[in-house]
Amino acid sequence: MPADAGSNRRPETGAFFQRDRNWHPPALTPDYKTSVLRSPQKALLAFDNTASEITGPVFGHAMLGELDADLIHNFAKPGESAIGERIIVYGRVLDERGVGVSGALLEFWQANAGGRYRHKKDGYLAPLDPNFGGCGRTITDADGSYAFRTVKPGPYPWPNSPNDWRPSHIHFSVFGHAFAQRLITQMYFEGDPLIWRCPIVRGIRDRAAVETLIAALDMQATIPFDARAYKFDIVLRGRRASLFENRPEGN
Amino acid sequence: MAQALTRLKESPSQTAGPYVHIGLTPNFGGIGGVYATDLGATMLNDKTKGERIGLRIRVLDGTGTPLRDALIEIWQADANGFYNSAAELRGDADPDFQGWGRQPTDMETGLCSFETIKPGRVPYGDGRLMAPHISLWVVARGINIGLHTRLYFSDEEKANAEDPILARIEHRLRVPTLIAERQGDIYSFDVHLQGEKETVFFDS
Repeated sequence: MPADAGSNRRPETGAFFQRDRNWHPPALTPDYKTSVLRSPQKALLAFDNTASEITGPVFGHAMLGELDADLIHNFAKPGESAIGERIIVYGRVLDERGVGVSGALLEFWQANAGGRYRHKKDGYLAPLDPNFGGCGRTITDADGSYAFRTVKPGPYPWPNSPNDWRPSHIHFSVFGHAFAQRLITQMYFEGDPLIWRCPIVRGIRDRAAVETLIAALDMQATIPFDARAYKFDIVLRGRRASLFENRPEGN
Repeated sequence: MAQALTRLKESPSQTAGPYVHIGLTPNFGGIGGVYATDLGATMLNDKTKGERIGLRIRVLDGTGTPLRDALIEIWQADANGFYNSAAELRGDADPDFQGWGRQPTDMETGLCSFETIKPGRVPYGDGRLMAPHISLWVVARGINIGLHTRLYFSDEEKANAEDPILARIEHRLRVPTLIAERQGDIYSFDVHLQGEKETVFFDS
């Protein structure tokens, strides 16, 4: 099945660059308390990608509903819309070689403008918005581009330390072309002073790595008198070229 | 100075958090009407080839307590050992089997169930056959980067004994952490995040 419908590009089948696990947060980050009992203590088993990691499921645009990428309206009653700062989030999914990843499935979820999630385990006293569900999804175009519309989520308190507040954020789940590229991350907003106080953010040790998760305000991409825009590019693992690999058919 | 390398860095991972259901299984999470069904909830149809099996998976923390807010995705070959993927060049996979599934752990019991088929064998890079296996990816609150592992089958002793990945596990006592126990058509598998029975997780 072609990942790039309508493209003549030969499917790529190489293995992926190894993950830089000093760039990602480690499993154990004690200031984020839940990680203490949920982090493996033994070393990971390392091996080069096999067919099981190089392959991955294909998702077609046909699965998308008309409002899937419009969180302002996809849970709203007819004629109504979600309350909050209207924004567009757009960007590209690239791999580490800078190549756009086409056909990538992006799923996102977030709290409403007051920081309240539509989830039965969220007991925060800020109210639900009857016109806001908080989930959306889209599939990247041929050059890896995507965009969706939503309201800017509010910060919210969480029971970690006695006075911890999450910065405003949108969760992203990304499916590239292979199971080895599977990634979940969070997008933060430019200028938010809570970013540098957050134990989940600070699990990432390299400040430059955190900065790659902060979306930039883009006044050129706004819709005047309607919505501001934030740019958020996502980078997935890059495939190695299969040059000089002398492997039998079957990998 | 040598020329600069111009590669990008992978976006760093962050936890999926406790409300992962909103985005990935909204119908399960109580948000109806946005998507018709939760993606990955059903893996089979009447025409799917292969032996029907059930997986019953739990994820346990360092105290042995089941996680009730985890999410598991599985990825596997079809009954003949072909992946339904653009990167599969050996042959055509069963068109009635995508090979991918997604399920949350139950909010009360922590049990996570998949109805799927038993996968065929897939070759390793050097042409040797790997034992039948299902790739697992586990995310949850408290897990900063998704954990990769594999589920192998207790009734595939001979294939497991020659599997090139299982062979790489230095401490042989840890091999059983990757093998699901069969009872009838159901395989049970506990993922231990830490402690004595800690599951072997992969960096691949």
